[in-house]
Amino acid sequence: MKVVLKVFRFNPENEDKPKYEKYELDLREDAVLLDALNEIKWKIDGTLSYRRSCRHGICGSCAVKLNGKNVLACKTPLKKAIEDFGEELVVEPLSNKKEKIIKDLVIDKKDFWDKNHKVKPFLIAEIDEHPKTENLIKPEEVEALEEADYCIACGCCYYACESLRENKEFLGPQALAKTYRFSADKRDNAKKERLSLVDSLGIGVWDCVKCQACIEVCPKGVDPFTKITHLHNQIFEEGIAKKNVATKHAEGFVHSIKKHGILDEGMLVLYSEGVNVIRHLPEAFSMFAKGKIKFPWNMPKSDQLEEIQKLVEISQTHELKD
Amino acid sequence: MKYALYTGCTARESTPELLKSTLTVAKELGIEIEVLNEASCCGAGHLQDFDEFLSLTINARNISLAEKRGLKLVTLCNTCQLMLENTKRKLDSNEDLKEKVNEKLSEIGYKYTGSSKIQHFLYAILEDVGLEEISKHVKRPLNLKIAPFYGCHIIRPSKTHDGDNLNENPYKPNAIENLIKILMGESIEYDSKTRCCGFHVDLQNTPLSEKLTADILIDADNNGAEAIVTPCPLCHLNLDVKQRSAAKEANKNINIPVLHLPQLLGLAFGYSKEELGLNHHIVDVNL
Repeated sequence: MKVVLKVFRFNPENEDKPKYEKYELDLREDAVLLDALNEIKWKIDGTLSYRRSCRHGICGSCAVKLNGKNVLACKTPLKKAIEDFGEELVVEPLSNKKEKIIKDLVIDKKDFWDKNHKVKPFLIAEIDEHPKTENLIKPEEVEALEEADYCIACGCCYYACESLRENKEFLGPQALAKTYRFSADKRDNAKKERLSLVDSLGIGVWDCVKCQACIEVCPKGVDPFTKITHLHNQIFEEGIAKKNVATKHAEGFVHSIKKHGILDEGMLVLYSEGVNVIRHLPEAFSMFAKGKIKFPWNMPKSDQLEEIQKLVEISQTHELKD
Repeated sequence: MKYALYTGCTARESTPELLKSTLTVAKELGIEIEVLNEASCCGAGHLQDFDEFLSLTINARNISLAEKRGLKLVTLCNTCQLMLENTKRKLDSNEDLKEKVNEKLSEIGYKYTGSSKIQHFLYAILEDVGLEEISKHVKRPLNLKIAPFYGCHIIRPSKTHDGDNLNENPYKPNAIENLIKILMGESIEYDSKTRCCGFHVDLQNTPLSEKLTADILIDADNNGAEAIVTPCPLCHLNLDVKQRSAAKEANKNINIPVLHLPQLLGLAFGYSKEELGLNHHIVDVNL
């Protein structure tokens, strides 16, 4: 199989800017992207740098960007890649920010690891060093972790996260999914401490932009976004949630649905913001002038509202406490 | 051809032009529309943060409204589309959960069966009408450079959309480009077309939302777009209503009109500004 790869090359030690090098390769039909990189390094240009180790999708070291998608090189069949992206395959590092590049496809993942450490990605429990019986955990208790335990910390989701692009403080999908891995574990004693950390505005769950990029890229099916949703739920269940614009916003939907069936957009902003609502006034005036605002007297309601109200009443499982 | 239309809340409130232009375009294409006036809010991606189960029951009811009528459920908003599909995938793959949800629904006389397809208007007309038929309605070729902006929830996660978006490649979508082409416009290529506008953090982290929106606007502008088109009213709110504040946050001058997808079709079909509700936009549309 003929494959043409355009590979990002940059050595910050002696080059000013990155360039793309083109390689024409002849590979087996079942070759994966890592085979192609190895072929280049071993037979064409030994100076190409990239991380690799297990070649079985376990170590997480060979993550790179292929035509805009973060992938594990060892788990990406080239035939499928050509089907998805056409003949021109472009390989880049997970982040192409100049300051992050160590060399070619190898980046400095310090920020990623710092955040992983910040959520204490280990079991916090009193452990008897000389137990008399096994410390058993039931199958259904393990099921509660869902796929969160499959994370191999490859960074695919972290470097695809849209929130992180403009909010460097955000913990990111990997560290948050890891938090859930332990906050959902019956044996862990630090659930409240973990939830308090990820409830913090600016770094925690409330700053996820819900772009779904983490689900799309995760090569292990961890589904970090859904774990972030579960963390939100745990924050309310455990009474950790503080009344603020973010928690009031999430809770405000229930109020609005009960009252109108559909969302009262204006009231939701007012309910979430409290007195801070004045910061939205300039926008509100321009929207009003263009017929984009409904007032209480012309706010539409869903037909058969009483059905919706009853359904909310019988299926609501959480309340916002202070 | 008949659709059960789930308008979403935004099309009935802050983007009335979306509902108006959708109904105009549907009529032109010979699609009969039954608006689901009994539907509730889908929770907009936030209700499930507060209460996952409640989000499932109210959306199961929303879906069953179309099921009762034996119609395809058609949405106008990326986030509504994802919330409804999320519910469908969860219930269709988990009998226990479906039973629990149906227990609640039975108390108000409803039942979720999973029989209706859920599709965004963009993909519904591509599937049911098709490019060739749509092209026959073009009376006024666009002759414009358009930046297609997909938004997140219509293309990601692909496993949830599972064919409902015609298996769009989330890294290289082409549905809007194909439409622009038959409407005789030119779509521009730019990196931001599959990025996030930040709408869902607009209240709790306004600077983040504005920066993400500004990135898209600047990228479209730098690549010569005369207008942006989006299938999502939430993206529209950020790109149009918040354009001035986003530009201010980025310290740039930006003035680029943003169209809803049905408005783009309507323009090419020869409808007037009023018929498409272009008078409701914050950034003037003079195309």
